[in-house]
Amino acid sequence: MADYIWLIPLFPALGFIINSAFSHRASKTFVAWVACLAIFFSFLTAVAIFCQFLELPAAARIFERDIYTWINSGELRVPIGFRIDALSIIMCLVVTGVGFLIHVYSVGYMHDDPGFKRFFIYLNLFVFMMLLLVTGNNLLLMFVGWEGVGLCSYLLIGFWYEKDSAANAGKKAFIVNRVGDFGFLLGVFLLFVTLGSQGIWTLKFTEIESHAHLINGAAVTVITLLLFVGAMGKSAQIPLYVWLPDAMEGPTPVSSLIHAATMVTAGVYMIARLNYLFSMAPDTMFVIALVGVLTAFFAASIGFAQYDIKKILAYSTISQLGFMFLAVGVGAYGAGIFHLMTHAFFKGLLFLGAGSVMHAMSGELDIRKMGGLRKKTPVTYWTFFIACLAIAGIPGFSGFFSKDEILWQAFNSGHGHTLLWLLAAVTAGMTAFYMFRLFFGIFHGECRADEEVKHHIHESPKVMTIPLSILAFLSLVGGYVGIPHLLGGGNHIERFLAPLFGPVTQHAAAGGFSIVSQAWAAAEAGATESSLEPFLMLLSVVIALVGITIAYILYLQKPELPRRFAARFSRLYHVVHNKYFVDEFYNFLFVRGILRIGAFLLRVVDIGLIEGLVNGTAAVIQRMGAKLRRLETGDVQQYAVGIIAGAFIVVGFIVGYFIAMMYMMA
Amino acid sequence: MFQDSTSFWCFALSGLLFAIGAIGTITRRNVIVIFMCIELMLNAVNLVFISAGSALSSMDGSIFVFFIMTVAAVEAAVGLAIFVMVFRLRETVNADEVNLLKG
Amino acid sequence: MDITSFRGIIFAAAALIAVLASLLMVTRKDPIHSALWMIVTFFAMAVIYLLLNAQFIAVAQVMVYAGAIMMLIIFVIMLVRMEKGEEEGSEKPRVSKTKVAGAILAVLLFLEVLFGALFYQTTGRLGEYPAGFVNDVGQVRTVGSLLYGRYLFPFEIASLLLLVGIVGAVVIVKRK
Repeated sequence: MADYIWLIPLFPALGFIINSAFSHRASKTFVAWVACLAIFFSFLTAVAIFCQFLELPAAARIFERDIYTWINSGELRVPIGFRIDALSIIMCLVVTGVGFLIHVYSVGYMHDDPGFKRFFIYLNLFVFMMLLLVTGNNLLLMFVGWEGVGLCSYLLIGFWYEKDSAANAGKKAFIVNRVGDFGFLLGVFLLFVTLGSQGIWTLKFTEIESHAHLINGAAVTVITLLLFVGAMGKSAQIPLYVWLPDAMEGPTPVSSLIHAATMVTAGVYMIARLNYLFSMAPDTMFVIALVGVLTAFFAASIGFAQYDIKKILAYSTISQLGFMFLAVGVGAYGAGIFHLMTHAFFKGLLFLGAGSVMHAMSGELDIRKMGGLRKKTPVTYWTFFIACLAIAGIPGFSGFFSKDEILWQAFNSGHGHTLLWLLAAVTAGMTAFYMFRLFFGIFHGECRADEEVKHHIHESPKVMTIPLSILAFLSLVGGYVGIPHLLGGGNHIERFLAPLFGPVTQHAAAGGFSIVSQAWAAAEAGATESSLEPFLMLLSVVIALVGITIAYILYLQKPELPRRFAARFSRLYHVVHNKYFVDEFYNFLFVRGILRIGAFLLRVVDIGLIEGLVNGTAAVIQRMGAKLRRLETGDVQQYAVGIIAGAFIVVGFIVGYFIAMMYMMA
Repeated sequence: MFQDSTSFWCFALSGLLFAIGAIGTITRRNVIVIFMCIELMLNAVNLVFISAGSALSSMDGSIFVFFIMTVAAVEAAVGLAIFVMVFRLRETVNADEVNLLKG
Repeated sequence: MDITSFRGIIFAAAALIAVLASLLMVTRKDPIHSALWMIVTFFAMAVIYLLLNAQFIAVAQVMVYAGAIMMLIIFVIMLVRMEKGEEEGSEKPRVSKTKVAGAILAVLLFLEVLFGALFYQTTGRLGEYPAGFVNDVGQVRTVGSLLYGRYLFPFEIASLLLLVGIVGAVVIVKRK
């Protein structure tokens, strides 16, 4: 079966090619079947390989195969090759599994859209690129996938390209991503050159891993920081998160697949894949953890004052991604991937549910105009409820296990710190609060919609509700693969991933800058007490329940309280509601700055200097010619004057010269 | 200082005649008068040659003058022929009005 | 040359006549008058040539310049005059700046030559034909022997040049 690992990315690629070749002549049904079947076959292949893995001992769970030699230059050999190990098989399963469900959902959701066929073409292309990203066995191929998903994100965000806001959102996503990719590329180059200076010219993961110890501390810190910049862009962390809320302009299945379950997790995957490099750079890990938890907190706070369903979910995604980065930042790579998986389930479900709600409410997005949908759309209601319980971290649901693992590692691991844990725990409470604010706002209370819309409220068709149900089931049981030892489980997922990641606490306080070593000292002091784990677990449950209760009180029992609160703290509310004016700040600083630089360069360099040089040369020559032309008067007598002048000069010369000679000789 | 006062006076006379001829060339407008002034300049040069030849007891001066005169004659013939043609076309004897080469 | 000797007086007179005649020639309005004064100048120059022991040249000057060339010029003036009448009447009194500058330059040129003549010694090699010898033999004979001797080649070229000139003049003026 190892020989067939290249089938996993092949099926979506085939789907893309067939659909784009025949899209004009084929029917909608054909396109939909080809697209969904392509992903389904990919999923089946992944499942087959996974089953094979389970039969093999832990150390043998790596399949690698090179299909073709892409670059063969001197000592560098970059193949087109695929690598399936524990990490990538989980990613493949998530991408193809959740991807398949979303494909099926889209058949119903995009049914009336004139761009139906184009949508599935782009979706298949996206899945192909994502699979390339997670199965590539070298940095270059991974980067191809990295850029490819960025491209598909742009195409799909701006899917309704006639809308200005959608086109702009697509552009914004691509450009902000590009900023991150710049850092990523610098990191790759630096890694390549650093290894090369030791004589190892390679970009393959296996070879990087075996030679990672050759890189010295300062270099690896810079490399990993640059790579993290790329992750910041792709996975929407501070300061490069601004594209994700705007990306909600795309169709809802796109938001679900790309901006919740798969593409935005590429950054986390990348860090997990190169964990041996990151573990060698504790300073970078600290930065990652800090950025992650700050992003989580920041994004959650914005979610408090938004009214657009998809925007709330977008900020929630940014926040949960922050949790994943917190996990990998404290060295808990397994916990990060675990949360990635459960997040794909419940966030994917939340977006699809939102799509279902929009479908019922004839396209309405504002939760102030919703309410009371509980009775009218039961399947959507229950699946959404399960997803909200999962994201809030209620025990029994998948999110609880993954989030709790992260919180514990943030507290306990050698790279962790109590403050990190505290902020993360508070954010978890905030998450519970705003998710249930959303939930109550949509489904409970009185229906605040217009009459016209109220009439049309209906449950979505089966092709949409069945994927919802499957995802809800996964949100419920998906976490059971990671039940920690404490509660009697075997923590299978961490053991599955362990050969790749090694023990969590590694290289604590080894090298780095003095600023962070104080943090380490504090962490060392109060760490590694496993008796605290049940206490912390209980604490996180309590925080979640408190969050839900507050949401219940504020939005169901006493709805006038939030309004009074907003009125009293109107300035704070204004700032939070406007997302802390970050977009406006970026616009002022970067966009207008670059426009002004461009205008300046246009004026001074292009028109002034270059055109001035060219036109100036021509003008000078023209003027010289005009002046010289006046010599030619056609008047012969003036020419004679010229001759006499010449004679005068020559005779003067001769007379003077010879007289001088005479006087010198005399 | 100077070898022979005769040479000096001859040179001075020649220079004067040349200058007069030059001023005449550039000042007069009638083409024929311009031509005569040019002949005057040639004569001034002839005088220089003869006087130098006399001062140096050499015949080279006279030989050179012989050739100058030959060339002057040819030049007169051809030049006046051209002038007649131009006059036929332009109906003018003014040097100012024959300025087709004006840039 | 002593200015008071016979030769000196003749020289001074001839020089004076030459200068005055040339000045008059340059300043006359009527071209015929200019031509006539030119002839006077040529005669004066011939006298000076005689004084300088260049008898052949003097005669050639009268024959060629005063005889042939001036006749040609006078004929052309008369030819042109027949059709036009008084051309120079409409002359603009002002001359352009360039011409004034040219005139000044010409004066300066004369001064330069004067200066050079004053301080410059004729330092050529003394030739083999002192005045006495030439007068004994006769200048015509001397010139002839040189022309057909040393300077044969330029002599032939000059005759060719004359031929070309004659043909050329005829060709230019021919009416189709």
